Amino acid sequence: MKKAKALNQTYIRQWNKKFMIINHPILGPRDANEFVYKGDAELLNRPHWTPNATKRATYAEQEEFHDYLYLRNNPAGEHKELWYHEQGDRSWLIITRDTLTHQISKVELVREFLKEKVT
Amino acid sequence: MSGDFRLKGGRIDKNCEINFTFNGQSMRGYLGDTLASALLANKKHLVARSFKYHRPRGIFSAGSEEPNALVTLVKDNHSEPNLRATTIELYEGLEAKSQNHKGSLEFDLMRVNDFLSPFLSAGFYYKTFMWPKKFWEKLYEPVIRAAAGLGSLDMKSDPSVYDKGFLHCDLLIIGAGPAGLIAASEAANNGLKVLICDEDFLLGGRLNSDDEKIEGLSSVDWVRKKIGELKKLKNVRLMNRTTVYGAFDHGIFGALERKTDHIVNSHGKPRQVLWKVYSKRSLLCAGASERGISFGNNDRPGILLSSALRSYATRWAVKPGEKIAVFTNNNDGWRTARVLREKGCNVVAVIDSREDTSEQLYGINSYKGKTVVTTSGIKRIKSVTLNDGTKITVDCLGISGGWNPNIHLTCHQRGRPEWNHKTHCFIPGETPIGMKVAGSANGLFGLSEIIQETIAKTQAICKELNFTTKKATQIKASSQNLDIEPLWHVAESKARAWVDMQNDVTTKDIYQSHMEGFRSVEHLKRYTTLGMATDQGKNSNIIGLAIMAQIQKKPIEEVGTTIFRPPFTPISIGALAGRGRGKDFRPYRLTPSHKWATENGAIFVEAGNWLRAQWFPKNGETFWRDSVNREVKETRTSVGICDVTTLGKIDIKGKDAGEFLNRIYANNFGKLPIGKTRYGLMLREDGIAYDDGTTARFSENHFVMTTTTANAVLVFRNLEFYRQCIWSDFDVHLISTTDMWAQFAVAGPNSRKLLQKIVDKEFDISNEKFPFMGCKEITVCDGIIARLFRISFSGELAFELAVPTRYGDSLIRVLMEAGKEFQVTPYGTEALGVMRIEKGHAAGNELNGQTSAQNLGMGRMISKKNDCVGNIMSEREEFDDKDGLRLVGFKPMTRSQQLKAGAHFFSKGKKYNMDTDEGWMTSVAYSPILEHYIGLGYIKNGSNRLGEKVMSVDLLNNQIFEVEIVSPHFLDPEGERLRA
Repeated sequence: MKKAKALNQTYIRQWNKKFMIINHPILGPRDANEFVYKGDAELLNRPHWTPNATKRATYAEQEEFHDYLYLRNNPAGEHKELWYHEQGDRSWLIITRDTLTHQISKVELVREFLKEKVT
Repeated sequence: MSGDFRLKGGRIDKNCEINFTFNGQSMRGYLGDTLASALLANKKHLVARSFKYHRPRGIFSAGSEEPNALVTLVKDNHSEPNLRATTIELYEGLEAKSQNHKGSLEFDLMRVNDFLSPFLSAGFYYKTFMWPKKFWEKLYEPVIRAAAGLGSLDMKSDPSVYDKGFLHCDLLIIGAGPAGLIAASEAANNGLKVLICDEDFLLGGRLNSDDEKIEGLSSVDWVRKKIGELKKLKNVRLMNRTTVYGAFDHGIFGALERKTDHIVNSHGKPRQVLWKVYSKRSLLCAGASERGISFGNNDRPGILLSSALRSYATRWAVKPGEKIAVFTNNNDGWRTARVLREKGCNVVAVIDSREDTSEQLYGINSYKGKTVVTTSGIKRIKSVTLNDGTKITVDCLGISGGWNPNIHLTCHQRGRPEWNHKTHCFIPGETPIGMKVAGSANGLFGLSEIIQETIAKTQAICKELNFTTKKATQIKASSQNLDIEPLWHVAESKARAWVDMQNDVTTKDIYQSHMEGFRSVEHLKRYTTLGMATDQGKNSNIIGLAIMAQIQKKPIEEVGTTIFRPPFTPISIGALAGRGRGKDFRPYRLTPSHKWATENGAIFVEAGNWLRAQWFPKNGETFWRDSVNREVKETRTSVGICDVTTLGKIDIKGKDAGEFLNRIYANNFGKLPIGKTRYGLMLREDGIAYDDGTTARFSENHFVMTTTTANAVLVFRNLEFYRQCIWSDFDVHLISTTDMWAQFAVAGPNSRKLLQKIVDKEFDISNEKFPFMGCKEITVCDGIIARLFRISFSGELAFELAVPTRYGDSLIRVLMEAGKEFQVTPYGTEALGVMRIEKGHAAGNELNGQTSAQNLGMGRMISKKNDCVGNIMSEREEFDDKDGLRLVGFKPMTRSQQLKAGAHFFSKGKKYNMDTDEGWMTSVAYSPILEHYIGLGYIKNGSNRLGEKVMSVDLLNNQIFEVEIVSPHFLDPEGERLRA
């Protein structure tokens, strides 16, 4: 039953928890309730790490992961963040949102963004 | 019906009489009446008692800003409190009751509070409820707090149906007064899709209450004509009885439509609909509300807003009194006097605080430069006394202190209103993006200016949305100038002067809170309760603010403003819940064997969104554990079947699927042979255990993952995150197949024999050909595709068989039929739980978001070969703590003792506190095989303490006894059964 409670919380959000519109690059304007919020788009920059079978990760390596995991900027203003179109095409998006006004200035597909980064 | 209190005309249907009761007294009104207008027509001015002092109160306004006339309506054997009589549409049989009094409304026993008022001033609770401590239970809570408050709730559940819906438009117009109607027709003519909402049941706003001239027509005729035109247009939706209650982000608005509140019998139709409106642009035409003036005893029944008097006389043809006076600080009060006289009412005086006004009405005494200092009359006003001592006998007094634009929705995105020095009111400051404001809501009070501005703004909106605009219509209309001279509070008043009638806040309370140091508006509000409750200070906020400004000798705009938040008017919880009540609170999912399980008397349990069979009681079994014990025993001795469809299933395909799984799971999957299944543990990035399950490899590039029921959605989301955001160069594709396969666990020593009866002959499932942890794509029942896994959660020889979901119902029936010779038993989630505890498998209680792989005793599983989610952080020293918590089993020393999950462990002889705490019990079950309770739990350094005895302490249930630390594998620790 403990597990059942965890799932309840995902459903309650459906109708009116979020009053926003996200302009999906492929699907056009969609109600924000179709999306799930993850957090700061910095999460894309997961540190590279190769484990060593004989010894622990170094302090510096752990520190780098620690920062990736726990340290976030909390800007009052423009913020790039990750959203997931769970009740849609299942794409992950980078959304540029002003945390003061909720205005969304840019919506990008993560995959397109990463492709451009490589080329 | 008594004609005495009805005038000629009005927008009511005098051919349609309506019977209603107020406090049990039968009365009559007409179609088109509100409860307030019908009460006034029945000469009923005293309709309520006030919140704190239990003062007699009457109807004060004619709209949703009403502070006084709150009533309880009884409909369908259910009562709803705190409804405003001024907005309740009269229907046949309406049953209303006054609230907030002990004994009758006329002789309220609580009126003694009024005489105690010197002790009940601002901050009374804060100052009184301090000491002595025992008074809390004896006096403060039961007596004082019980005496306060607005109406009381019906404790029964609301029988009405509520619904929710979505609307889309180019332009949302809020308010269907002159500005709204003109904007709608202008926008519609230019091709916009228009939605126009008004909270009133009659569209037209003040045009129904004020005789104006527009385009040569009387305002009432003009409204009829305009609405007729709009109704014919396909791109306009007119919604009356619809309150736009909130302005949210990106042009989204919330609106509440009252569908059947005005009908005797809703015939099952929804009472109210909560709309979510998506608009490209919005135009706020919400008009303005008149405000009062604070003077001595200004709260008596019979004292109304001057514009409300005009509304009752014009729209509802009600004669509000026999001797009416008006007290004003602007020209609008004179208009009321003029209109009332034209309608045939006896207006005895106009008291105008302005000395140099040119307004004059023949035959009506005017007192210019004078103010009202006090009034008399208990249940209805009898006289007013002016500051020069003049006493005038009246039975009704209209007050006009100026107009407040209804700017509420402009504040919902934290826009701060601005003070206008000409009209002495707040006008909209920054508005939500996409919103413009027109008409009185924007601080314009002359009809001609309102029309001009509205047309210009509508044209601008059309252009913003790239609609080509036609030449604007020219509309001629009358104009007026308020010429207001601010007057908030008659300072000469010695008697108490009310600022907020709903919360019984007087000018003295505002002075007092200033003296006590509550000088910010927000503090004033909280200390005095000014502007709280159902009216949210629609009348009172600005008067309070102005008085504060006077005290502080500052201009009003420097004292600060309180802004508004949704909702504009109260919304019942039922409307917010909509259909999501009881079992419809959320959708539920049924397993493929649900129908069969129902036929076989299963008891169901909610697991996530699923309804799963919990146990299957047989005849004679009265206690749930009897059934569960039998299910476990029969499964362990012969064979049992359980629907495990609810587990998440994810198909993973692609060249890099193996490497992808290597990184998702903490343990290796890339080298998993084809045709094999492996247990996998997923960590979070922080090294904490996240989810577990099995993943099978059907071909080089095709894996099938299972997740726990509860995490199915979350794990899939997580997988998509790593696929798209982190390892985006991998060739891997995911699809959730949870709903595509019906899956059954077939467990027990006879499970192979049973399955051999239905698996098609070409597939050999013997131990040699299909060993433990095998997986295979097969066919069953003559060619139906299926997937067979030799995995076991129960610890027995066991299989999981999946077929396309549409065959799920047939499959359970076929399996049960085939299993008859083995006395096959279906088992539910309880037996499943007992068997997994007997076997020492971790589940939700153990994977609780606090425990690491090391805690679970799976530390060595974590891959050292490649980067995977969570492995670096699980190398943190803290995770490797030798004395760290380890998952072990527990047995009670007294075998009959019942174990309790949640109990904590302590070494013998230690005190029971946080410092000596060594761990806790996570799961317990009665093992029918061992015939005593068994438990799983975490305890410090547990794996090295097997055989040690510790205390299990449950202080909540006061249960303290000895338990023995044992291996978590209570049954068949060598795993011989599952390899059989």
